[in-house]
Amino acid sequence: MSIQVWTYIMVGLSFGLYMTIAWLSRVKDTKGFYVAGGGVPPMANGAATAADWMSAASFISMAGLISFMGYTGCIYLLGWTGGYVLLALLLAPYLRKFGKFTVPDFVGDRYYSQVARIVALICAIFVSLTYVAGQMRGVGIVFSRFLQVDVNTGVIIGMIIVFFYAGLGGMKGITWTQVAQYCVLIVAFLIPAVAISMEITGNPIPQIGFGSTIVESGGTFLLDALDGLSTELGFDRYTEAFGPNSKSMIDVFAIAFTLMVGTAGLPHVIIRFYTVPSVKAARLSAGYALLFIAILYTTAPAVASFARYNMINTINDQPYADLQHEEEGRDHWMKNWEETGLIAWMDKNNDGVINYYHGSAFAGRPAYLTSMDQLAELQADSQADPDNAVLAATVAYLVDQTAAGNMDEEGMPRGTHGQRLVISNMTLDENGQPSTNELYVDRDIMVLANPEIADLPAWVIALVAAGGLAAALSTASGLLLVIASSISHDLYYRVINRKASEKSRLLLGRIMIGVAVCLAGYFGINPPGFVAQVVAFAFGLGASSFFPVILLGIFWKRATKQGAIMGMVVGIGFTMFYIIQTKFFGASWWFMDISPEGIGTVGMVFNFVTCVIVSLITPKPPQEIIDLVESVRIPRGAGAAVDH
Amino acid sequence: MQQDAMKNYWRTNVTYMIILLTIWALVSYVFGIFLVEPLNTIKLGGFPLGFWFAQQGAIYVFVCLIFIYYVLMSRLDKKYDVHE
Repeated sequence: MSIQVWTYIMVGLSFGLYMTIAWLSRVKDTKGFYVAGGGVPPMANGAATAADWMSAASFISMAGLISFMGYTGCIYLLGWTGGYVLLALLLAPYLRKFGKFTVPDFVGDRYYSQVARIVALICAIFVSLTYVAGQMRGVGIVFSRFLQVDVNTGVIIGMIIVFFYAGLGGMKGITWTQVAQYCVLIVAFLIPAVAISMEITGNPIPQIGFGSTIVESGGTFLLDALDGLSTELGFDRYTEAFGPNSKSMIDVFAIAFTLMVGTAGLPHVIIRFYTVPSVKAARLSAGYALLFIAILYTTAPAVASFARYNMINTINDQPYADLQHEEEGRDHWMKNWEETGLIAWMDKNNDGVINYYHGSAFAGRPAYLTSMDQLAELQADSQADPDNAVLAATVAYLVDQTAAGNMDEEGMPRGTHGQRLVISNMTLDENGQPSTNELYVDRDIMVLANPEIADLPAWVIALVAAGGLAAALSTASGLLLVIASSISHDLYYRVINRKASEKSRLLLGRIMIGVAVCLAGYFGINPPGFVAQVVAFAFGLGASSFFPVILLGIFWKRATKQGAIMGMVVGIGFTMFYIIQTKFFGASWWFMDISPEGIGTVGMVFNFVTCVIVSLITPKPPQEIIDLVESVRIPRGAGAAVDH
Repeated sequence: MQQDAMKNYWRTNVTYMIILLTIWALVSYVFGIFLVEPLNTIKLGGFPLGFWFAQQGAIYVFVCLIFIYYVLMSRLDKKYDVHE
């Protein structure tokens, strides 16, 4: 059977499973809708949290990112796991004991203030929206890659599915589907990883294979071989920290710290700990969540190194014309993925051999030549603008390559060696000559094409598709629920209409999921150009707004409402200002050379300091708040989460 | 619950947290980032040690820390009779 047929089977089966679960766990009350009735066992909640947490980006992009970053990839590995230790030790048990539905609930009650509640509410919506916009786009891309539909159609399919199970089952439906999604995604991630580890190092456990020797080379360690290849090709050594082309120590620290604290401050993660039956279960559940996450997160860096090694070995210095798949009826992976534009080759020196080197091959993503008329237009542009050396070099390449008159079945011009012709602006070196590197590689290809590179059977490739979709959908649904509950519970019920009936609140919750799905879908179809960058900033905003005030709310009885409000405003305000200033207005990284991705660490410190100082100069919190804080610290008496 | 017992319970809890979070910071920030270069001169199989902490070891330790905290606190809750 072909890859395509297998993909439909795998994706169809997994979706059928999610739908069945959603139908079986549909709910009738707000408690089921917001916190799954508060009775999810810790292990199941751990799996759901892990699926909620690991997005399409973790599944598809992270290993690829690491394989290009080497050591520096640890910012994601540490940053997106270490936060769970903070959650388990500092936040989850106490928030569970407190026992309300949402983060703004805690902030509003602990800081005895509607204003604090509303500020927290705005922060929650803002953080979740930035995050979900990127996810919906991810859902669309994953659908379009695997099901061969247009990205926008993919977004719409994703919207319908998420609406179906989130609207029907609320938190309960989401939780149980996420458990299933975790199983799908982890199996899909591990099978290719194990096979490739076995192939390269002879050890089936990727975490160990990663540090073992390469079978073919007789005793060279994989990482040593990679260090050597990287140096040869002009990159920093793979295991080298803070090399000339990578981030500085302070920046690595700041980014890892921001991601950790941001994790602990993300509303869709925190809300998961309201769904377990007790304080003890909340602690245990955080442990399971991290265990399940760690399975993927310790495999990913291994996959990164295998993929990098495999990629360099299978295509660098190889004649393009010789890239043939051994098996009949299947193309070489490079030629398959060349069609999608995720990998592209520009034979600048016309030797027919793929030369890979540090630096870009051409500007941006590849665009391909579709007709000879297009080439004529480019030639005319070039004649009209003779000083444009880049355009001249690009046109010269195209003219040279099309001279042989090669065409493919669709009538598109092909190069001398049969390659797709890239028309993007060629990169030149400082002498105005074409730069050495001829290869464009999208980081996502490292996971997506990995099973093909390692020559695994078609059903494995299809399984990766189902896994990618599981990862994207589980995260999107969790986020949508937070947005819906923020509006229907925190804003409507707690602020606007305290007398709303159970039934009308449940209905409003469902309507809000619909609204949130449409909003997220809108951003998925019309992504603001900066979405991809913005997702990373959700962590900075989470770190600088919620984490300090929740922490102080539990551990420092003296923290006052004025302190919390000022702290949140200063923290998120500074972080947003720095990000916008440096990212969109081109300001330099003026604060200790910290990149905008890491600035949440600084915002968080400002939040802490502001909250402490303002608290000390404002009147003490009332006695009932002090009693509340004391009761939160004792596990006994944690009933189910309630909404009194 | 008595005021004193409550204070002791909380103090022990905070002590556990400080110890565990110190280990948390040590394996990730100190071994994985600040001291990564000197540690990389030591080899653990095919791994430079600092690199291993940054991409593998710290994560294993994180998982252990949470389970250790769970066990310690379950005992403490029982001892002070505050468990559910």
